[in-house]
Amino acid sequence: MSPRACPDCLRRSWLLSHLAPYIEKIATSAPGSRSPELLRLSNEDLAAAAAPSAARQILASVEAIPERRLLDDLRAAECWACCRHDSLYPVGLRDAADAPWALIGRGDPALLATLEPEALVTVVGARRASSYGREVARELGRELAAAGMIVVSGLAFGIDACAHRGALDAGLTIAVLGCGADVCYPAAHRSLWRRICERGLVVSEQPPGAGAWRWTFPARNRIMAALAGMTVVVEAAQRSGSLITADLAADLGRDLGAVPGPVSSRSSAGPNNLLAGGACLVRDGQDVLDAMLGAGVRQVKKAGERLDPELLEVLAAVERGEDTCDAVAAELDLSGAEAAAALSRLEALGYVTCSLVGVYARTLLHPPGGASI
Amino acid sequence: MLATARTFTLDGISARPVRVEVDVHRGLPAFSLVGLPDPAVREARERVRAAMANCDFDFPLRRIVANLAPASLRKAGPGMDLALATALLVASGQLSWEALPRLAMVGELALDGSVRPVAGALAIAEAAREQGADAVVVPAENGPEAAMAEGIDVIALESLEQLPALAKGEWAPERPEPLPLLLSPNGHGPDLADLRGQRHLRYALEVAAAGGHSLLMIGPPGAGKSLAAGRLPSILPPLAPGEALEVARIASACGRLREAPTGGRPFRSPHHTISPAGLVGGGNPPRPGEATLAHRGVLFLDELCEFRRDSLEALRAPLETGTVAIARSGSWRQLPCRFMLVAAANPCPCGRGEADPECSCAPIAAQRYQGRLSGALADRIDILAAIRQPSAREIAGEPGEPSADVRERVTLARERQERRLGSGCCNAEMTPAQARECVVEEGAAALLAEAYSRHRLSGRAHDRVLRLAQTVADLAGAEAIDCEQMAQALQLRRRDGR
Repeated sequence: MSPRACPDCLRRSWLLSHLAPYIEKIATSAPGSRSPELLRLSNEDLAAAAAPSAARQILASVEAIPERRLLDDLRAAECWACCRHDSLYPVGLRDAADAPWALIGRGDPALLATLEPEALVTVVGARRASSYGREVARELGRELAAAGMIVVSGLAFGIDACAHRGALDAGLTIAVLGCGADVCYPAAHRSLWRRICERGLVVSEQPPGAGAWRWTFPARNRIMAALAGMTVVVEAAQRSGSLITADLAADLGRDLGAVPGPVSSRSSAGPNNLLAGGACLVRDGQDVLDAMLGAGVRQVKKAGERLDPELLEVLAAVERGEDTCDAVAAELDLSGAEAAAALSRLEALGYVTCSLVGVYARTLLHPPGGASI
Repeated sequence: MLATARTFTLDGISARPVRVEVDVHRGLPAFSLVGLPDPAVREARERVRAAMANCDFDFPLRRIVANLAPASLRKAGPGMDLALATALLVASGQLSWEALPRLAMVGELALDGSVRPVAGALAIAEAAREQGADAVVVPAENGPEAAMAEGIDVIALESLEQLPALAKGEWAPERPEPLPLLLSPNGHGPDLADLRGQRHLRYALEVAAAGGHSLLMIGPPGAGKSLAAGRLPSILPPLAPGEALEVARIASACGRLREAPTGGRPFRSPHHTISPAGLVGGGNPPRPGEATLAHRGVLFLDELCEFRRDSLEALRAPLETGTVAIARSGSWRQLPCRFMLVAAANPCPCGRGEADPECSCAPIAAQRYQGRLSGALADRIDILAAIRQPSAREIAGEPGEPSADVRERVTLARERQERRLGSGCCNAEMTPAQARECVVEEGAAALLAEAYSRHRLSGRAHDRVLRLAQTVADLAGAEAIDCEQMAQALQLRRRDGR
């Protein structure tokens, strides 16, 4: 069964891209005015609100696009489209008053049939993420995908990309874009975008070839929030766009999770505030599964190999924030060679990772016995 | 009348023989100089004229033609003044010198007739010996330097005035005392004891020195990267006499041998604005670059990410082959450059490192910056040492182990390598075939195989870890590489972007 879209719903997408510069002006001029609210309006009201002088002309020109052209454009961009009147239209989106009229995407459309909110988790967070945040996002993506969940995110730098990459390691993922589904934004993520096209879905409400605007990011956030049964914020500063996603998810009555971070870290202020406001505490994939499906319904498997006491000590030092070999050696009074050997073993066992610049970070793998973290 | 004298011009770091032919005959007074001279050589006419006049010789008011043969070779520098003046004196009948054909001479003339030092006296003395000359006449200041060449007499000349006495045999100066060949530092250089704390960095330096491995230090500004790099020569093994002569020859060619020598291996740290020609050598005739000056020593590139990309690209092939090839129209030169590469960089543009919450770098900027760390040159780097700011306690604490102790261990490890690989070779230069011949214990091999698949190492990275592990084992005096040593090598290896 292939997805279908009626011409009227498709024209809505084309209308959005025609109105994009006008909406940009409104959305950026007045603080607090968010694009998702505008997108609730009907075609006529939206055009009148966004571009009072050119409304009639734009509506007429979009109305005049023949159905053939729409379909040809989609085919040329190797995209499919699925409108809100189609039975394959994701269930989660039906809950939202401002849901996109049509989803345009790339990837295997057969996946559309499986997009129940209970099977989807949205993982979002800051583009400027710390190595801690990136590691958590990646591990979260991996665990959730391995447990059969589909990870939804926005293909942005930082947390988004890590969540996608982790999910691709073990299962499926969906990228929701603020530009056309055939446009890779940011361009640096082209290979990731291609892998997701092959292994999952890339969707958007914008027509093929549409560029990204500032207002299209909060707009796609509403799609991410509505698609999934739970939204998890990994790292976000106080005024981050990820918090818009969290708000929208809460408005829809979806579960909201947040990964705690150091109280001194600006980039963890967002999730820490969410936690203070009653969001579900997310330490790992298991917490997400428990919150969504009920405690213990589905299990994430992970526990590393047993460690010698010496290695446990080194691991504890890394957890305390001694992030270079030098710092570990000084902290535990080891020689440089001993510290190097210990960290190397921990890395081989998957307990720590080393960055390009030689900085170590703890992974989410627990030593058996639960002695640490 | 015709007279000839033998001299040399410097080309790269070697000396090329030049024959100065001077013909004086009747005609309108003129002095023409032919044979591809560069401006400094062309100006020799004026210096020779003034020097002769000021030493109570007559400058012949006749038609003088001086030819520098071979005419196809480009001659550079003022070193041919002395030979030109001598040949002119003989040609004009003011001097008769039987031994002149068996002599070679170099020196720049001052207007008062005194002889000024030139670059490359050592290479010139050696080349004169190869040419079969009995003695070489050099400026007095170059005497000790030229005397380092064995098997040829060296005459140190102070002024043009001494020539008649020398020619008649009335004055026979003693052979100057040669400069000492310093195989290891003379103890006046910086010492590793200054590096306090920083145990891992010390360890990384020791392994790098023991195996000749290239080293990349990454850490915030002021954490001691340059300090550590500057102390590396003090823990490197002493030079072999042949190697020391190579180093001296290069220093002499650049006119640096007469400066106070610290001995041991050279340490060069060019500024990051250096051009490709400055780094690997260039110009016409070719001049050695920093890479050649660092031959048998350390080339330190501070702020690696700030270096021009083309400069770093130019270093790639020399790093691999140990020689710089400079092709110019009509000439092709090879300069030696077997150096140890040591580089330092900040973890991100602001220097704090992205793990630090205060880091203000945009992610894309940090990514681009680190992208340069995994560029083509970084691919040739073996060891990565992450450096952190030492704590107050460490700074105020005990001085570290002195260089001499570390050098002892390093020298022992090098000796093991030379027994295995041949003299002058170190682990970093092992071919892939040699690397596969390292004796590895079973557990260590399993550890390497595990890391190979888990971290998706490339084949090159795999061999690099083997070489490092061999060095760690050599330092420990072990015959086979055990688990512990393999683990250390895996930790020390440079990380790539994958």
